[in-house]
Amino acid sequence: MDPGWLTTALILLPVAGALAVWILPLRPFAVGSTAMLVALAEVALWIDAAARFDFQQPGLQLAQRQSWFSDLHVSYHVGFYGFSIWLVGMTVVVLAAAIGYAVWVGRERPRAYYGLMLLLTGAIVGVFVAQDLLLFYVFWEAMLVPLYFLVGVWGGPGRLRATLLFVIYTMAGSLLMLASIIVLGLSQGTFDLVDSGTNGSDWIFLGFVAAFAVKAPIFPLHAWLPEAYRESSPEVAAVLSGVVSKVAAFGFLRIAIAKFPGPTSDFRTVILVLAACGLVYGSLLAFRAPDLRGVIAYSSLAQLGLITLGLFAVNDLGLNGAVLQMVNHGLISATLFLLAGAIERRAATGELGALGGMARGRPALATVLMTTGVIALAVPGSAAFAGEFAILAGVFRTGWGYAVVGAVAIVLAAMYMLRLISAVLHREPGPAVTEAALDLRAAELTVIVPLVALLLGLSAWPAAITERSFASAPTIPNKGSVIATTEAGQLQMLLKELAQKAGRK
Amino acid sequence: MILALATPPIDWLALAAPLTLLAAGGANLLVAVLVPHGDRRVVAAWIAVLGFAGALVAAAVLFDRSPDGHGVIADAIQRDRLGALTSMIVAGSGILAIGTSYREPMSDDHIAEYYALLAWAGAGMAFLSTASTLLTLFLGLEWFSISLYILCAIDRELVGSLEAGLKYLIVGSFGAAMLLFGSALVYGATGQLELHRIAQAVEQQGLSHDALLVAGLALMIGGLGFKASAAPFHMWTPDVYEGAPTPVTAFMSAATKAVALVLMLRVLVTAFPQEARLWTVGVAVLACASLAVGNLAALVQRNLKRMLAYSSISHAGFMLIAISANNALGGRALLYYLIPYCAMSVGSFAVVAARERELNRPVDLDGLAGFGWERPLLGISMAAFMLGFAGFPLTGGFVGKFYVFSAAYDSGWTWLVIVGVAATAVSLYYYLGVIRAMFMRPSEELQLAPVAGGSPAPERALQTAVAAALVVTVGSFFAVQPLIDGARHAASALPF
Repeated sequence: MDPGWLTTALILLPVAGALAVWILPLRPFAVGSTAMLVALAEVALWIDAAARFDFQQPGLQLAQRQSWFSDLHVSYHVGFYGFSIWLVGMTVVVLAAAIGYAVWVGRERPRAYYGLMLLLTGAIVGVFVAQDLLLFYVFWEAMLVPLYFLVGVWGGPGRLRATLLFVIYTMAGSLLMLASIIVLGLSQGTFDLVDSGTNGSDWIFLGFVAAFAVKAPIFPLHAWLPEAYRESSPEVAAVLSGVVSKVAAFGFLRIAIAKFPGPTSDFRTVILVLAACGLVYGSLLAFRAPDLRGVIAYSSLAQLGLITLGLFAVNDLGLNGAVLQMVNHGLISATLFLLAGAIERRAATGELGALGGMARGRPALATVLMTTGVIALAVPGSAAFAGEFAILAGVFRTGWGYAVVGAVAIVLAAMYMLRLISAVLHREPGPAVTEAALDLRAAELTVIVPLVALLLGLSAWPAAITERSFASAPTIPNKGSVIATTEAGQLQMLLKELAQKAGRK
Repeated sequence: MILALATPPIDWLALAAPLTLLAAGGANLLVAVLVPHGDRRVVAAWIAVLGFAGALVAAAVLFDRSPDGHGVIADAIQRDRLGALTSMIVAGSGILAIGTSYREPMSDDHIAEYYALLAWAGAGMAFLSTASTLLTLFLGLEWFSISLYILCAIDRELVGSLEAGLKYLIVGSFGAAMLLFGSALVYGATGQLELHRIAQAVEQQGLSHDALLVAGLALMIGGLGFKASAAPFHMWTPDVYEGAPTPVTAFMSAATKAVALVLMLRVLVTAFPQEARLWTVGVAVLACASLAVGNLAALVQRNLKRMLAYSSISHAGFMLIAISANNALGGRALLYYLIPYCAMSVGSFAVVAARERELNRPVDLDGLAGFGWERPLLGISMAAFMLGFAGFPLTGGFVGKFYVFSAAYDSGWTWLVIVGVAATAVSLYYYLGVIRAMFMRPSEELQLAPVAGGSPAPERALQTAVAAALVVTVGSFFAVQPLIDGARHAASALPF
């Protein structure tokens, strides 16, 4: 009944695609289309998995388990929870868009390039479905290798320094996580995430948090971020900020919060404060950033801060909001990076000062950028608004100060997004914008419009995710009580609480 | 008068691996005089390959048929799975090293002797891995060391080869002397030569705090530390690895280290269980020193062979962690670790050898620019070896490190895990530096002088060796269960 092979197929299909691309003597054009086909097949496979998934049934689904080495009780154990379905869905969609964009733009050494992109897909899906600590680590690291090559080989002029920073930061975190995994796994007698119970060790918890905080990144561990996002090609930056950062947030949820209830509440304040700092600091930097990529990169830092706020609120509202916002931000960030790539191709620069006036005569570009930007700044009614609102409502229950900071940051988000939109689309045409710069081509639209369409769909129906994430979920200890998950219900609850607070005073 | 010697019954199967290699070496000496000049290279190489392959098969049969370890031939050697597995690792490394050697630009004059010495070095290692008395221990050690001294110096046209041989001879003899002196002290203290009787004697006579015994133990660890190139006994390693012909370096870095570490494990666990509180700390200190020296020094190396030499010192450190754990998991970890490590080590030196032959000069990091794209098989393999050394998943290096750290944690050495993790973090810089040089820097940027007549044709023997090493490196990640079962059987020969 439970087709666990689907989960394995979701990991293996892109890996097989990568091997095919490397080994088969295909022509450069055929390589790109093969990769695109594999990426689309992966999306189809995910749709099948999501259709078979029963969102109301608790527990792990589509699971498969096979002993890997028995003496230390390590196994290949994969499966889906409600929220991992959505994260994997976001992953395969963004990766397909990224590959599609690369096919349109054309990359040197296509076989190596598309092979690595597909390998990256498989590794990221693996992280989201791994139910064994060591397997999780394996996919986590396997993700880094293709990224290292993708940024280091196909990146911009400063790529060597960017990759070095990126790898050193992430590996420093990952190795601490490895030490934590060993200690946790051996002390529990199993590395299985489903079988193992909770643990109260602060040190082990911090080892995991180090890895996730670097990868997300959480302020102040973000030094690698601007260079990596600026130096990589747009589609790789899209994957980095859209998907890879979510892997870290997923780690917070699946391991740090679910397995370490004691340390989570011990360090909750510290993490919440750092997340709030990142939120404000990232927003300010995004407002000051001189180029397109800078704005998107720092907004990513801010958004991850917001997601972390939601996660460490550890209640239904916050968690649901965080998962929704993870999917939202994945799609938004990927769209924005791909659009930034398209703009940079036309103007040969991403400097905001040299851009401007691109709306005139380029309706498609203007519409798409405007729509994405407006969703990104969390206009009421948008998917991002639903996510941010739920997060703020959730974290409000932990401490009203965080919610205030979050609300301020949302205002800042409006400021930097509008600045970006007006710097690109409005004003007089900048020196880098010529008449020859065309509107978005059909191929670019084919890649970007589906992402925007998904965002619009989520805006219309955010409950698709918020009501289907945590019915099937690992036990999350100390979770706050269940409250209404519809937006209207959330608002009511919030108003009621505010009234109570006011009444007490 | 006829001197009647009571000859002990001889277990030929237990000796089959070293004997096969000895025979191959002997046959190669005949090749040196009987086979015409032009055919010597190919004939000698094939005979050596057959010798190593025969040893591999013999050791595999021995492994299969020796579930319970016991002493044979008057208890001079131990017939057990530990020795058999080690012989298999040595034989495998030998085959890969021959693939690397085949096109080494060496004069044909002494080519048959080269392969003969390689086979004998392998024979000595296979013999040593079964040693169970202090005498056979020293005999085996000197046997393979003398072969290696000559091998290091065999290419007289290669700058530095002679110097490397001499350096290795002097420093190696010093190490051997330490081992011998240590053995003498241990024998003096206990009156026993067999390893397990030493333990019994210490037990019965209450010698565990005996100064002679402890001094002997320390000297023996030092002597074996020289061969394993563990800091602070590592000084010879970078110079010798750099100066020796690259295929010899490849073989040394893999097989010598494997045998020395397995022997250290065998001697310490079998002969000195009562001293465990002393030697575990001693070995842990050596491990930390090796990790520190190896990793920090490797950071600043430009020459690839020197860098790999320091990397091999740091891996000695990782494997010493497994020994210092002093538990069955540690034994398993060491034996598992050796399998991908030897493949990666021979493989990476083979790639260096290939590049050396293309450029006709020593390879430094700049010399690798663009190499990954020019020679995809070698480039991808080298990248896999570097990632494996650095402990990335999808290579056996990752599982090896995982086992080593698990063993250390299991025996309560959590701080050693932290040291190991920190060392791994440092090592990333230089391992990834190689990948960066190969794939991320175009060769035009550095204006590498093209070798006259263009690049040499790809070498099939070397490529096969590198591909085989790649298969082992990656395969050992997926096939952990069978390998770890083998390692468990081998480690169960020791009295943990």
